[in-house]
Amino acid sequence: MVGKLLLRGMLVGLVAGILAFAFARVYGEPPVDKAIAFEEQQAQAAGETPEPEMVSRAVQAGIGLATGVLVYGAALGGLFSLVFAYAYGRLGSLGPRGTSALLALLGFLAVIVVPSLKYPANPPAVGNPETIAYRTELFFIMIVISIAAMVAAVGLAQRLWSRLGAWNASIVAGLAFLVVFALVKAALPDVNEVPENFSATVLWQFRVASLGIQLVLWAVVGLGFGAVAERVVAVRDQRGPTRRYA
Amino acid sequence: MSDTTFAPSYGPVAIPVRELLPWAIFAGLMLMLMIYFVGAEEGATSLIRGTAVHEFVHDGRHLLGFPCH
Repeated sequence: MVGKLLLRGMLVGLVAGILAFAFARVYGEPPVDKAIAFEEQQAQAAGETPEPEMVSRAVQAGIGLATGVLVYGAALGGLFSLVFAYAYGRLGSLGPRGTSALLALLGFLAVIVVPSLKYPANPPAVGNPETIAYRTELFFIMIVISIAAMVAAVGLAQRLWSRLGAWNASIVAGLAFLVVFALVKAALPDVNEVPENFSATVLWQFRVASLGIQLVLWAVVGLGFGAVAERVVAVRDQRGPTRRYA
Repeated sequence: MSDTTFAPSYGPVAIPVRELLPWAIFAGLMLMLMIYFVGAEEGATSLIRGTAVHEFVHDGRHLLGFPCH
């Protein structure tokens, strides 16, 4: 059962990765190229000798990008299927498609949107190599806190469910999540290493493209996995008198 | 576990944690290792010498939102 879900989750993630790669090629690569051009221009102006290219730009933007996004997509789909395997049947009477879509929405908010509001994606030329360990640490701390706050919010909503009703319980839990986020955002240190004369347009395009890639991944996983999981869980659910899902 | 066995089921039936746990641990670790190689290897930490992995997945790492050099 779990194995079946896991395999299907990784396959859906792979498909999501292929679509996200196409999106990244079209919308992500132009700002990356512009950022690299800026980086080289800065290095030249500073009189630095250009670094030898270990991997050509064509490879980085082609097979390299594809590998990165596909591996990430498959791993995301797999992890998603494991969370689904736990959540299914434990989120009220929500059926497989509803569970999958809701998990993807909450996951996208907790894993991507909220952390990136504090530590947004940065193109090449932005970021001091000496602070990479520090920035990576903060980035993952932010994701862990955000996921923990989301799990707590869902738990809170379930606890308030019978007393306040579904809508009010969810609104209260959502507000609690926002309060936690506001506090954490204020407490963790800011990172801003954008060079003085870096194009604001390129930075904006890059960050929107980055968020778009994640949106493609999570939307395809959330909707696609629900469709394939429906057939897997139906076998187990058939014992019940009703076979129709919410 | 008893609730999933004896309670009449109307639709969704939860998977018992005991059945889920080994998958969550072993597959979960493997999948997170995959994300680690795309997102962080040869950046903040390094398991393999050199910068080949970093350079190869360079664009993906930036665009997926990970901190990169």
